Amino acid sequence: MTQQITTPTPPVAPLPSKNREFRRFLQVLFRSPGAKIGGVILLVTTIVAIFAPAIAPFDPLEMGVGSTLQPPSAEHWFGTDDFGRDLFSRIVYGSRLTLRIGLVAVFISMTAGVLLGMVAGYAGGWVEAVLMRGVDVLFSFTETLIALAAVAVLGPSLTNATIAVGISSIPFYARVTYGAVLVEKNKEYFKAAQAVGAKHFRLIFRHILPNILSPIIVVATVGVSVAVLSASALSFLGLGAQPPSPEWGAILAAGRDYFRRAPWVTTFPGLAIAITVLGFNLLGDGLREALDPQQRRS
Amino acid sequence: MARLLDVQNLKTRFFTQNGVVHAVNDVSFHVNAQETVGIVGESGSGKSITMLSAMRLIPSPPGKIVGGEVMFQGRDLLKLSVREMRSLRGNRLSMIFQDPMTSLNPVLRVEKQMTEAIQLHLGMARSEAKARAVELLEQVGIPGARDRIRNYPHQFSGGMRQRVMIAMGLACNPDLLIADEPTTALDVTIHAQIVEIVKQLKEERGMAVIWITHDLSLLAGLADRILVMYAGQIVEQAPLHALYHHPRHPYTIGLLQSILRLDEQRQEHLKSIDGLPPSLVNYPQGCPFAPRCEFAIAKCHSEDPPLEPVGVNHQVACWVKPEGADILQASQSATA
Amino acid sequence: MVQPQTQQRNDTLLRVRDLKVHFPILRGLLQRQVGAVKAVDGLSFDIKRGETLGLVGESGCGKSTTGRAILQIEQPSAGQVYFEETELTALSGEPLRQMRRRMQMVFQDPYASLNPRMTIGDVISEPLEIFGLAAGREKQARVQYLLAVVGLSPEFTYRYPHEFSGGQRQRVAIARALAVNPDFLVCDEPIAALDVSVQAQVINLVQSLQRELGLTYLFIAHDLSVVRHISDRIAVMYLGKIVELADRVSLYENPLHPYTQALLSAIPIPDPTVEAKRQRIVLEGDVPSPTNPPSGCRFHTRCPWAIERCHQIEPEFRDVGDGHYVACHLVDALGKFDPALGD
Repeated sequence: MTQQITTPTPPVAPLPSKNREFRRFLQVLFRSPGAKIGGVILLVTTIVAIFAPAIAPFDPLEMGVGSTLQPPSAEHWFGTDDFGRDLFSRIVYGSRLTLRIGLVAVFISMTAGVLLGMVAGYAGGWVEAVLMRGVDVLFSFTETLIALAAVAVLGPSLTNATIAVGISSIPFYARVTYGAVLVEKNKEYFKAAQAVGAKHFRLIFRHILPNILSPIIVVATVGVSVAVLSASALSFLGLGAQPPSPEWGAILAAGRDYFRRAPWVTTFPGLAIAITVLGFNLLGDGLREALDPQQRRS
Repeated sequence: MARLLDVQNLKTRFFTQNGVVHAVNDVSFHVNAQETVGIVGESGSGKSITMLSAMRLIPSPPGKIVGGEVMFQGRDLLKLSVREMRSLRGNRLSMIFQDPMTSLNPVLRVEKQMTEAIQLHLGMARSEAKARAVELLEQVGIPGARDRIRNYPHQFSGGMRQRVMIAMGLACNPDLLIADEPTTALDVTIHAQIVEIVKQLKEERGMAVIWITHDLSLLAGLADRILVMYAGQIVEQAPLHALYHHPRHPYTIGLLQSILRLDEQRQEHLKSIDGLPPSLVNYPQGCPFAPRCEFAIAKCHSEDPPLEPVGVNHQVACWVKPEGADILQASQSATA
Repeated sequence: MVQPQTQQRNDTLLRVRDLKVHFPILRGLLQRQVGAVKAVDGLSFDIKRGETLGLVGESGCGKSTTGRAILQIEQPSAGQVYFEETELTALSGEPLRQMRRRMQMVFQDPYASLNPRMTIGDVISEPLEIFGLAAGREKQARVQYLLAVVGLSPEFTYRYPHEFSGGQRQRVAIARALAVNPDFLVCDEPIAALDVSVQAQVINLVQSLQRELGLTYLFIAHDLSVVRHISDRIAVMYLGKIVELADRVSLYENPLHPYTQALLSAIPIPDPTVEAKRQRIVLEGDVPSPTNPPSGCRFHTRCPWAIERCHQIEPEFRDVGDGHYVACHLVDALGKFDPALGD
């Protein structure tokens, strides 16, 4: 029977595999100079974090490796702090903490937020009303306030600060996810999947999730930078990393007393924060463009 | 008859990340005063881009007119300054589009949008301009025009918005009205209303009309002459009756065969044109229709045929030039 | 319910009785209902096994909603839909899901109806997975077979929808619908989004599939020439109601409802000689809002022949002979349209 109803189709290009798709994606991504710079920054940061013991010339916690508050020199590239610790080594080790805070916090807020948003958007009805009104209420407080409240309950420590920062962004991720789910739910392919009899699990994980992933990935990338800033802010306020931990925000806080006498103590951790944040933001922007299906259509 | 618009060798390219899109390829045609010319083609055939290029309305970049001339009332539109062009557009030359919602400014009342154009181009006072706007809206059949002119675009239905667009297009008594699929977004019965209005206004005002559409049926009761476009080229141009009864290009013939006709016996199997239009990025060598053409010979795949005359005002770009009348007759009698 | 005769039971695949779909309009903080869009407002018709019923009407007349409500993708507000002896409107959950093996849908926009993140193979095999019909090698073979049935190359299996043209995508959508071997297919304007030269290809495919597989269709379209080509019987909808239903030949040769007449006359014919001689009924005004439909006959606001009675009394949808149904006061008992009836 197939004979009669087949019509000739034009010759087609060779099969692109998933691998090819991915390579094409990377190509588009790194076509923008911003994404290139962002990628390099994050690559360097990651390498520094992984190989910190090999890169750092001194133990970041050891006091008196130099005299106190020494300006940058050949021996101490970034100078020393008020306890005579090598600032360069502290910042190198600090990158481990900073990346961990950023990633863990985003993981917490993304997982919880995406789950909330998906349930609310997919279920609809009273579930949607209750969840999203709750999110709206949380949204009306600033994130820092929520983080402060969370730390107040959990007690000041680096882990708790991370959790607090994570919690404070949940409403944001819930909102983004919820909006994306609503859009996808009304698209015809979703109706088509319903019409072929797909169950909830399949509808959610096979159809909705892959289609809302790109905006979430973009938001999460930028979100890491927000989390890094928030965690640094908490540490700066003494609610996050506790001395002598070399967290960048904490170093910055400790250095503010000598700002006039030893500006390098505040300048270098400040720069480190700024550059890392910039890296995540640039990469996020690049991803936004590369994941836009319009860009990839050929 | 005097040539109102004369387009010669127009070429438009779009320079995109995926390559150069050959949107308009060496298109030449003319429009006489008071004539209705239909341009028919599928999406991507370049029918809209041709007219947008002539009006200098293509987004640039990525679009660029790389060659040709567009003579309108003795002036080459491609050489005019931006300012001269602006004063010509909406004045001697008017264009209406498929989606009237996006062509109207949603935050301005219809009155404001209409009177501004009239004041600017005709130098009328405001009250005068308003009277003229109301008169125009009445002419295109908007009931209660005096009150409706105070409304915002979203307060009109799709059909009514298209009428408003037509009224605006006619505000300055243009010599040429370019209608780019003005009925495609509308319902069948509204469709008929718009066609009737444009036909009637054309008669009254003696303007020329270029009607761009993908629907060959629509032009049968509307146009004096028809251009058929495919892959950015004109493949056939002919007076109305010649095109429908004696088409000579295989694409035109294929289109006529594949259109369902309301007044015909039901056919068991509908004749269709197999395959797809070519990519305009990797523009094919030879005749762009050759891969889908059942009449294609070896030459068609290597050399692009020029437009050659086959009758009075009738030109076709094909090496084979099959006799369409016979083919159409044969396929009709086979199914009857 | 009266026991239907055996003959009828075998003949009729689908029965729709007084189907209504009203979408509530909610306003304010408390989301109170302030009105309803009466998208579908009381439809009754049958579809016989193996036939194609065409459903035509302008945008917003409720034809697409009707198709979705029959398949229970849209929840009907009232009325019943029977598939053979099963009342679909009384089913939910797993029993309804199982019924989806018997009835499928092809959507209007092939650019929107395929999940952009799934390969063509995944799209077509999804129904097979859902109902556990085939797995592994067998599934692969079935996908290749379905691709061949709709005239696509088996190489397309691993490619993504965005690499294809509208016509090719619509073929994929048809293959997906056919995967579960359904009896009944709702085709919701399957060619409206396609280019002219490709439309004929898809129409031919839809028709040959019916012949080969013995499918029953509800074919929804706004274009009467397409519907005439493909349908055995045709229903014309206006503002949520069927105004006329007849077999193809009667509807075209003897249209009784003024709206059907206007629709037919509005369609251009690709022949200048014919066009020059045609008398066109150009309807005044726009389609009224389904939120607040006109009283009496819903068409009276645009009807060139409307009489006093049309403003007040809704005409009965009745059989005027040989299964030709019409709802118009100006059609007499013998099935003749007579504007003089009003005098």
